[in-house]
Amino acid sequence: MTTLNDRPAHRDAGSAELPQVAGVPFHRLLRVEVRKCVDTRAGRWLLVVIAAATVLVLAATLVWGELADLEYGAMFLTATLPLLVLLPVLGIMTATAEWAHRTGLATFAYEPRRGRVVLAKALAAVVLAACLVAVAAAASAVTLLVDTVVHDSSPDWSTDGAAVGGVLLTLAIYTVQGVGFGLLLRSTPLAIVATFVIPTVWTFAGSLVEWMRDVQPWLDLGLVTEPLTEGRMTGEDWTHLATSVAVWLLLPAAVGTWRVLRGEVK
Amino acid sequence: MIHIENLTKRYGGLTAVDDISFTVRPGTVTGFLGPNGAGKSTALRMLTGLTPPTSGTATIGGRRYADLPNPAASVGVMLDATAQHPGRTGREVLRLGAMTIGVPDTRVEELLDRVGITADEARRRVRNYSLGMRQRLGLAGALLGTPRVLVLDEPANGLDPQGIHWMRELLREFASEGGTVLLSSHLLGEVAQTADELVIIGRGSIVAQGPTEELVRAGGTVVRAEDAGTLGAALAAADIVTRESGAGLVAEAMPEEVGRVARDAGVALSELRTTGAEGLEATFLELTADTARDKAVA
Repeated sequence: MTTLNDRPAHRDAGSAELPQVAGVPFHRLLRVEVRKCVDTRAGRWLLVVIAAATVLVLAATLVWGELADLEYGAMFLTATLPLLVLLPVLGIMTATAEWAHRTGLATFAYEPRRGRVVLAKALAAVVLAACLVAVAAAASAVTLLVDTVVHDSSPDWSTDGAAVGGVLLTLAIYTVQGVGFGLLLRSTPLAIVATFVIPTVWTFAGSLVEWMRDVQPWLDLGLVTEPLTEGRMTGEDWTHLATSVAVWLLLPAAVGTWRVLRGEVK
Repeated sequence: MIHIENLTKRYGGLTAVDDISFTVRPGTVTGFLGPNGAGKSTALRMLTGLTPPTSGTATIGGRRYADLPNPAASVGVMLDATAQHPGRTGREVLRLGAMTIGVPDTRVEELLDRVGITADEARRRVRNYSLGMRQRLGLAGALLGTPRVLVLDEPANGLDPQGIHWMRELLREFASEGGTVLLSSHLLGEVAQTADELVIIGRGSIVAQGPTEELVRAGGTVVRAEDAGTLGAALAAADIVTRESGAGLVAEAMPEEVGRVARDAGVALSELRTTGAEGLEATFLELTADTARDKAVA
């Protein structure tokens, strides 16, 4: 940048032309959104708590569990259990922050193409989720090594690729689902309640009401991700997953994005 | 530079901004003046693309704000100094802005210095900032991209007298170098000394606009003489309407006209001046009286 002073770039006072500038590239928006998730105490602590939860789960299995015959893949899947619960919260908080403190006024003044900001937020949540998964993977490796030392055995690094892939996809779905609910409801507590209570009530209702029992396999996100995380997806399972994702992820995300694009930023 | 044409915003049955039009020229400071709830903030949000207008257009340099690429590099905006994440430090707020706009971190340090936030204060979280400091931070954020246009909503709110003086100097300098400034206020005294032009808004509609100088003069002329009786009679004879005020007689005419009448009547004057800011204050209250909230009280 050559114009570092506060003076207007051109001094021709009569000119009504603005200088020609390039738009904000997407990678800059993404970097800013990632940074916004880690530059406050609340944001940093959420990440620390999530990482700590995976480590704790591993430590618990190491101490109390029967790990002697556990291979790396199974250990990793255990480590991701807390992520299934906590990554939606990460997604929610990434999305709701602009409304909780009205920082959207500045954010959307800096980039009025709001759709790009929304996309950057969703990607930022996925990037951070990926980092936490990496932490879980590393912690699993350490745990495996410790376990083999304790039991004086050789480490078994075998992994069920389909199951791991399924878990990664499930985690990505849950993270973006959180972003979607956050965009839709714009309030962290509301969105958290909605993300956890609605599926529970849904599952419960499904077990009681006759006709719901038939649609449940199509629309219960917990149910449809079961074969996914176990790495045994069949053709029909994929259509079940697609319909559930459409209803529980795409729909709230689409309505939430539409609200952001069309609404007023106050 | 800023061009607002027939801009209207309705919320259901309520018309927040009613068909306003005005232009802000480069090299000038324009004050957007009106009581609380008159529609100033809504108008500025429409100008900056944050609120979709019901009808009408608002352009900056011929383009809608939302169509400007990297708008902060052309137009500095501060709409609400209190809308900051309380958990971020002052420096971090500016860093995020600098990252988005694409200016180096050194620019952040320059701006902190420019708005008088010390390195120590910049490390503190915004939660601990006074309103005045948030205003300075917001102004720094608006200036980050070296804009040619500034749009500021109530920038003097919460500033102490020195702070107001400082901001006035800064904005005057910005305009004298060819910049365009639009700032809103609900306090006439604040803008009368800064703004070259005034746009006065009451309950969504523009009630007066023009050069500050002219609006000040429109407030009338204060005139005093030892022989007040003769002066009053002479003015009345010249068809100049007058009223008594604490300061003397206020004539609804320009000082040169009143002076001529006094000379012709042979009355020695002890005082002759425009009513100045106090006159504008009266005009402002009068113009917005039937639109203000406290109508019955006023």
